[in-house]
Amino acid sequence: MQTTSTPATPAAPGTTPDELLLPVPDEDGAPFWEYAAQGELRVQACAAPACGKLRFPPRPCCPHCRSFDSEWRLMSGRGRIWSYVRPHPPLLPAYAAQAPYNVILVELADAPQIRLVGNLVTSPDAPLDSVDPARLRIGARVQVVFTETGGTPVPRWVLEKS
Amino acid sequence: MAATLKDATAIVGIGQTAFAKQLPQSEKELACRAILAALDDAGIDPSEVDAFSSYTMEETDEVEVAKAIGAGDVTFFSKIGYGGGGSCATVGHLAAAVATGQASVGVAWRSRKRGSGPRPWKNTAVQLPTPGQWTRPFGLLRPADEIGMLARRYMHEYGATRDHLFNVAMACRNRANENPAAMMYERPLTREMYMTARMISDPLCLFDNCLETDGALACVIVSAERARDCRQKPVYVHSVAQGLPSQHHGMVNYWNDDPLSGPAWTAARHLWKQADFGPQDVDVAQIYDAFTPLIPLSLEGYGFCGRGEGASFTEGGALEIGGRLPINTGGGGLSEAYVHGFNLINEGVKQLRGISTAQVPDAATCLVTAGEGVPTSAILLRA
Repeated sequence: MQTTSTPATPAAPGTTPDELLLPVPDEDGAPFWEYAAQGELRVQACAAPACGKLRFPPRPCCPHCRSFDSEWRLMSGRGRIWSYVRPHPPLLPAYAAQAPYNVILVELADAPQIRLVGNLVTSPDAPLDSVDPARLRIGARVQVVFTETGGTPVPRWVLEKS
Repeated sequence: MAATLKDATAIVGIGQTAFAKQLPQSEKELACRAILAALDDAGIDPSEVDAFSSYTMEETDEVEVAKAIGAGDVTFFSKIGYGGGGSCATVGHLAAAVATGQASVGVAWRSRKRGSGPRPWKNTAVQLPTPGQWTRPFGLLRPADEIGMLARRYMHEYGATRDHLFNVAMACRNRANENPAAMMYERPLTREMYMTARMISDPLCLFDNCLETDGALACVIVSAERARDCRQKPVYVHSVAQGLPSQHHGMVNYWNDDPLSGPAWTAARHLWKQADFGPQDVDVAQIYDAFTPLIPLSLEGYGFCGRGEGASFTEGGALEIGGRLPINTGGGGLSEAYVHGFNLINEGVKQLRGISTAQVPDAATCLVTAGEGVPTSAILLRA
């Protein structure tokens, strides 16, 4: 247990102070996280006028028309749970402390072939195990929210109000 | 097409170390012991080895192995990507090398200390930017979590149940109970044990996961012509294939049009195209089983049943000895040992030699597959 008088231990690279893993963006993925910092869920799309197809994960060129021109398209942030798991230990300590939590796979309402891994929470800053497991259901409608974890904004998901 | 690999080469030697949660020897020593045992089984002197093949996550390089065993000049070596997906491709690469005259005696091997060594996902430094940045921060940390996600969807979409996954775990355990070399020899599994087991990544419980094992295996490949003069009955490499499907994304194949159609489908198409027989003619199968859901998915991918029918295929003892398709007759990764699928190759050879501890009577054809979910490979063996 850490007290206020103890000097804070610097977090290991790539982790939050409480040792959850932070995203380590690559060059192609960096814009996603930069937009997330502005509270926007954006997905890479081909910028060639005749194509315009969305793609995920981000990459240098379009697999449909091979154009290297891309843009980041704003999504509505709505989606549906495509699947989910509830990890139990053995896990990294920070995750074990919240286990069993949920990890969901969300298919975006705007683009069902784009599926994002995330967590279903009761509110943006709530713990990963904050939602009653009985409420986890394939097909459930969810809405993106953003939370700051270790200074890095990451998307999380809440159940859409019906 | 000038050359064909069909029955041009054969596996003539197999070797293995003990399998255990913890072995005292290093991975390098275990590799050498398995390789020397396989060469001895074939009756080939180590100095004749001129080709090696391994797959990624193998810690010992062929340079080290070649030096240690006293191999001759080596003219072919390859290392196949994607971990457990590469197991069968080692045989495929060596078969191609031998069939095209690049080498004459090939050795494939796998040595691991996963029982007593570190687990890759414990090291946060190895989280790769792609696709780790899209999964790890959310606590999707382990292969069990990644496959669990597909398993839940599969159950939802096709009505598969935990009882179906239990059928898989049970078939493997029953075979291990007959195999004195298996880690789960004399350790029976019951439905109650399965249903009350602790969860690892719900919907996957403890018994849906492969074992953590220390151990090594190897096999020796030569031309069909030379095989006739070796110590053991040759087991011919009939067809080989690798599979990396269009727009595939690795174990988190969540961004494909159909995430439930993994690399098995791609490998299978090529495998059967090159073969003289089809799935209905397979006497016994060794199917990569790091997790139980990989079995129904692979049964569909390799054409033993239709889409969505993999779970119901497991009913009525189909996977047991005497059933429609006996699988993983040494116990597989779930109950013999998890040596990244290499034990499945050697078990296939044992079946076609007629020396398995759970022998399928008169087995003449065997499918062996590598890890489904990652870019994969498969071989068809025939007696």
